[in-house]
Amino acid sequence: MPNYTLNVNGKNLTVSVDADTPLLWVLRDELNLLGTKFGCGISQCGACTVHLGKTAVRSCSMPVSMIQGESITTIEGLSEDGSHPVQKAWKELDVPQCGYCQAGQIMTASAFLEENPNPSKEEIREAMHGNICRCASYNRIEKAVESAANNM
Amino acid sequence: MKTDNTNLQFSRRNFIKTSALAGGGILIGFNLFTACKPNVRPDISKLNFNDFNAFIKISDEGYVTIFSPNPEIGQGVKTSMPMIIAEELDVEWNKVNVAQGILDTKNYQRQVAGGSQSIRFGWDALRQTGATAKQMLINAAAVKWNVEAASCSASNGIITNANGNRLSYGEVVKEAALLEVPENVKLKDPKDYKIIGQDILNIDLDKIITGKPLFGLDYKEEGMLYASVLRPPAFGKKLVSFNDSKTKEVGGVVDVIKFGDKVAVLAKNTWAAMKGKKALIAQWEYDGTLESTEDHDRELLKILDGNKFETRREDGNIKKAFAEADKVIERTYESPFLPHNCMEPMNFYADVTDKKIHLVGPIQTPQWTARRVANLLNRKEEEIHLEMTRMGGGFGRRLYGDFALEAAEISSLAKKPVKVVFSREDDMAAGTYRPAIKYRIAAAIKDGKITGYHLKEAAINGNMYGLIPHFFPAGCIANYKVSTGNYKSKITTGAWRAPYTNFLAYAEQSFFSELAEELGKDHPELLIELLQNVKGTTDEKIEYSGDRMEETIKLVLERSNWGKTSSEIYQGFAAYYSHNTHVAEVADIELKDGNPIIKKVTVAVDCGIVVNPTGAINQIQGGVIDGIGHAMYGDFSFKKGTPQAVNFDRYRLIRMQETPQVEVHFVKNTKSPTGLGEPGLPPAGGAVANAIKNAMDKRLYSQPFVNALLKKAEVLG
Repeated sequence: MPNYTLNVNGKNLTVSVDADTPLLWVLRDELNLLGTKFGCGISQCGACTVHLGKTAVRSCSMPVSMIQGESITTIEGLSEDGSHPVQKAWKELDVPQCGYCQAGQIMTASAFLEENPNPSKEEIREAMHGNICRCASYNRIEKAVESAANNM
Repeated sequence: MKTDNTNLQFSRRNFIKTSALAGGGILIGFNLFTACKPNVRPDISKLNFNDFNAFIKISDEGYVTIFSPNPEIGQGVKTSMPMIIAEELDVEWNKVNVAQGILDTKNYQRQVAGGSQSIRFGWDALRQTGATAKQMLINAAAVKWNVEAASCSASNGIITNANGNRLSYGEVVKEAALLEVPENVKLKDPKDYKIIGQDILNIDLDKIITGKPLFGLDYKEEGMLYASVLRPPAFGKKLVSFNDSKTKEVGGVVDVIKFGDKVAVLAKNTWAAMKGKKALIAQWEYDGTLESTEDHDRELLKILDGNKFETRREDGNIKKAFAEADKVIERTYESPFLPHNCMEPMNFYADVTDKKIHLVGPIQTPQWTARRVANLLNRKEEEIHLEMTRMGGGFGRRLYGDFALEAAEISSLAKKPVKVVFSREDDMAAGTYRPAIKYRIAAAIKDGKITGYHLKEAAINGNMYGLIPHFFPAGCIANYKVSTGNYKSKITTGAWRAPYTNFLAYAEQSFFSELAEELGKDHPELLIELLQNVKGTTDEKIEYSGDRMEETIKLVLERSNWGKTSSEIYQGFAAYYSHNTHVAEVADIELKDGNPIIKKVTVAVDCGIVVNPTGAINQIQGGVIDGIGHAMYGDFSFKKGTPQAVNFDRYRLIRMQETPQVEVHFVKNTKSPTGLGEPGLPPAGGAVANAIKNAMDKRLYSQPFVNALLKKAEVLG
């Protein structure tokens, strides 16, 4: 199996996996970064969202061999202690119910706000449309993104 | 009116006390199961029973650990139940740590999550547990001070006496553990609550937002293999043979094991297991027929058109009422199967050895599952050690431990620790679905009054369990009947959030909207008029309250500005009692290019005392949006036994842009609290259907609404 060196949350880590292994399973099974979740495997639900450089990507559909040196940020690396403005907003609004999708929601929201720090309500709804929350905590997700935008 | 016989009685013999704790401290608990009245018998099929016992551990430093024996599926009991104990124990919430208990059949009983019953059943006993512990701590301090216990009091973990002496709980905890358990301790007056009624954040919030491993899928053990399972591609098919030569070429695949009609691919990582499964080539056979949705539709309509029914309730003389009616209105409502689609796909860890069986994972029914694993492997229940993880959703799917049984069987055959992981496709194709149901409801109208009401149900694999026929409008209409018929299917079905009422409430409240229109009345006005008839009823089977429902309806009318909104807003109303909670909802819809946009839903809820408002609002908002999502888009059909959608590209779940703002209002009272995981959901579909009628002059008789509604564009919020 080939070796791949990935920059994950500021550290260079080498893994030996098949070329088609999705980044999601490299993170979870090889690197033990379990915050990134498996939901659908076909980029439809957003539970597996991580940052590649500054862009939110679906790690379930990204083969590890396609990553060309861009740094990867997962929920574990978004902040050291949950102090990122998006995480703080999630806490302030007590967003989660079951909590399973929330890492993906937070990663989508944080990349979006980096790109668009002053979004309209419509832009927030559009940006978060790709992330499913089966518990439907959508009202609070929407408010938390708004609140984080105000504090970023 | 039924008296509430579910409030558990507290007595000393149910109190468990262990003073010999490693590391010091006191561990006390209360076994709710043995406190249940004999007529409240556990029956998993009814899904409305839930009990447990609660353990409190107090450290020498005064920190309190409350063990939450029941599974957490996102309904918030891991936060709200310990809140109730902490309130009566009278400790500061920031000194409380909550730990998930394991399956422990000796000390805990019936560890189940389901039916929105945890808070309702637990209310008295959880308070008694906290208050009894507090009294024991006070008694211990009184002995130390050599004063009467009655002259001492405790607050925020500190005991004081009339002389101004102070002792913390931690300073007397060892002595307290040796004392007699007091009886008849005094509970707080709700006006003195310091924790109950406050917004207490989700107990796992910090871990969730920082991505800590909490869920079953996150659980790992050294040497564990990942298993991906090939199951029959259609309900009714059986495995003939399989070829695994390609599978064995996949790097990381360790073993391929046949069990029953399934084949498990074991690998060193999840990806290899999934890839290995895809590479299997299998032959299948079947006997008899493979069912399609057209077959179900035909069979269910045949039941409704026929006369083979079981009568679930009958009041008055329904024949006479219909024979003498000025007008009869009859409508048929139809719903499809629905998959649960928990965000965390089904998974379970099992390590079966000759010595013991270690099971870990997300499960709503740990005890039942452990028993079934023991039976399957011909082992003793005592050999099983089962740990529950936080669950990435439940919605009823994790009541059925099929995935845990698979893990145990594979581990037993492979003689290795194994984690079974479902892909989304596995999860959607191997479901225990909400069964398709059709209702036919008829009303007799005479002299401008509803004189008869007959509801017929045709369902798949189960009926209304004798509970729902006593819901509204039972007791409100003199001549009333509920009849049920059933079709047995090979497709596995089960409970799905708010079983049965998730669809029934829409059918019924759409029907009442139509009746109101026929009678020239406002829909809520008609309901309030009918509810007067049930007030003061002596019928013990009727659990809903005419008074409480009327108050709930009036609250939602006031807060939603019912009938007074601008002309661009079209409103729809629905009210429904389920899972012991009264809920009324008003949906506000706007039209955009002729398509309905659901802007807002106003909700009024009477659940008695609201234990944790932030959690309560979250449950109701989620339930309402979930209800709208499935009523609007949930479409799950079968062709020759095979589901026609197995992932989110073809199965539509509600998303952010389709989501209305949900505004939640609680009826304020000091009645014992009831649950909120389910009751917000059932009325949502009805409120939306009735709003769509007002906006588009189109009645919706089948779910999902989107099929009947929109040919030209999407529904966007």
